[in-house]
Amino acid sequence: MTNHSMSRRALLGWIGKTAGAGAMYQAMTSLGFAAESSHPGSLNLDGVKKGATVLVLGAGVAGMTSAYELRKAGYKVKILEFNSRAGGRCWTLRGGDSYTELGGATQQCQFAEGNYINPGPWRVPYHHHHVMSYINEFNIAIEPFIQVNYNALVHSTKAFGGKPQRYRTVQADYQGYAAELLAKTINQNALDDSLSLEDREKLFESLRHWGALNEKGKYQKSHETSLRRGFAIPPGGGLSGKGEPSDLIDQSALLQSDLWKFIVNGQDIEFQSSIFQPVGGMDNIAKAFEKRVGDLIEYNARVTKIDQNDTGVTVDYEHHGVAKTAKADWCVCTIPLSILSQIPVKASSAMQTAIRSVPYASSVKVGLEFNRRFWEQDEAIFGGVSYTDLPITNISYPSAKYYDKGKGVLLGAYVWGPNAFEFTSLAPEERVKKAVEYGKQIHPQYTEEFNNGIAVGWHRVPWTQGCFGAWTEEKREQHYDNLCQVDGRLVLAGEHASHLPAWQEGAISSAHDAIKRLHKKAVATAA
Amino acid sequence: MKSSIKALVVTGLFSLSTAAMATDDAGFSLGNKFEEASGDELYHAICQGCHMSEAQGAQGAGRYPALANNPKLSAGAYVTFMVSNGMGGMPALKQYLSDEQIAEVVNYTRTHFGNNFTDKVSADDVKIIAKR
Repeated sequence: MTNHSMSRRALLGWIGKTAGAGAMYQAMTSLGFAAESSHPGSLNLDGVKKGATVLVLGAGVAGMTSAYELRKAGYKVKILEFNSRAGGRCWTLRGGDSYTELGGATQQCQFAEGNYINPGPWRVPYHHHHVMSYINEFNIAIEPFIQVNYNALVHSTKAFGGKPQRYRTVQADYQGYAAELLAKTINQNALDDSLSLEDREKLFESLRHWGALNEKGKYQKSHETSLRRGFAIPPGGGLSGKGEPSDLIDQSALLQSDLWKFIVNGQDIEFQSSIFQPVGGMDNIAKAFEKRVGDLIEYNARVTKIDQNDTGVTVDYEHHGVAKTAKADWCVCTIPLSILSQIPVKASSAMQTAIRSVPYASSVKVGLEFNRRFWEQDEAIFGGVSYTDLPITNISYPSAKYYDKGKGVLLGAYVWGPNAFEFTSLAPEERVKKAVEYGKQIHPQYTEEFNNGIAVGWHRVPWTQGCFGAWTEEKREQHYDNLCQVDGRLVLAGEHASHLPAWQEGAISSAHDAIKRLHKKAVATAA
Repeated sequence: MKSSIKALVVTGLFSLSTAAMATDDAGFSLGNKFEEASGDELYHAICQGCHMSEAQGAQGAGRYPALANNPKLSAGAYVTFMVSNGMGGMPALKQYLSDEQIAEVVNYTRTHFGNNFTDKVSADDVKIIAKR
């Protein structure tokens, strides 16, 4: 038995080497990023002391979740928010909106009625139970978000003469060739020492099934393989309806293209169906919270100091240039660490060190509006994502209003790493221009159809100075627990205080966890 | 927000290949390293994103410090440390830059924008401070 399980492990290892991309991506996502959050459950904030007060700093989803639940439990709550709107990174830009970034550049969003871009979070996976439970409780309308589209494109400037390939053909051919190679090793008796005859037979059968191989284990041009990768002439009706199978991509060209990198994304738990988006923009989540706690929010309040002693918390802030002070028994602070690290905070030195230890990631999104939805009309691409090795990284098509006759908005760039710094350094109109120039290589229609665009570089966003807390495993080991402790009368919450960086689920589950612990302490503390 | 994080992880795992040191026609780096070479190019491709084109900094809910006319830049080791290892919200840029590039951009910033600190930081200095 032991021997048998060892040989299976060896086989898996071998598959890992053959299917290199899958193995690599598995390794990447195993760094804690793809962790599924626990189910929300009941908060049980019972026994609130009469008159107990909580000050919440920040009216993003973590702050508003905290305020909503704490007030419901019986606390008297006040929220201070830097912006003149609620939501924080849960944010949608629509036609008529104006956005001024750090440095002073102002963009007027010119999108047509009904079109939008979510500069921050844009997807809600079905297993993000905390977000989903509020969507359910608040009756927020949602619709499917298309992540994987087999008719979208995968593109490398260095492969196939720069010509984009269909996701479908790369996916089918990669899987088919991988299956064929493994089937071949079985036929060559290379696995005889590793697997029993019965297991080898089952494996061969499964590979034929998985890769659309013929009875000899070959991946060849055929009706069967075209049912995966698409036909040269699709079957249809009547006398003209005889289908024509399609040619396979050359095996070596496919391997060397690196396009196999792009066909694994949809297998990550966060990109598996079903994924949702609020109808009309992510900020409908923020608005639903605001409807319930908006009366608690003081907008345009810039926090300048957080002090505390044995009896309570005192927060200094500026409101339209006027210095003000707010006091409460307890404080939930959701200010991003990029900002909080610049504010004097009375807390343990361990927490202070933690606050100053998390860099904020660079990321850029560019929304592009076109005169018509050419990706649908010309190419039958309905939602989903095309991937490229160009700096724009991908093009995402809207998952709603299909075949709408008006203008359409694409996510024309979603950039990370060095290219995100480079995009951020450009003036907003230059970012848009570059996104159009690069995108033309994938969709030539850009030239004719481009109308207007808007670009958000997260390091230029005045209230976050970055996209999200970019923890490393080492930093998490050193500082994460110190960051999340209830320190005196203060607790932090937000995506930065979660194991789900950059996701709203991290923000909301962190808020639940923080207020449960704060409440426990509040109940146990005299006076 | 997510494919994202994967990109960062990819950066971590595949940072071994040496950059060709030439951006594409549009001025962007190809791959997971910055390919700008001179201090001037590096400043305006990276630092400018936060510290702005004239190194004047910016103020929002928090601020980006001005690097222009900044006496703190007198200590080359301090500037090198900040660029290499980061601090607070500022990312460690050594994951994307060679020692030579860090020296270039540090020396550029310390001799421009009203700064006139002419003692040079070398790539060897960077190697020690960046702790790689």
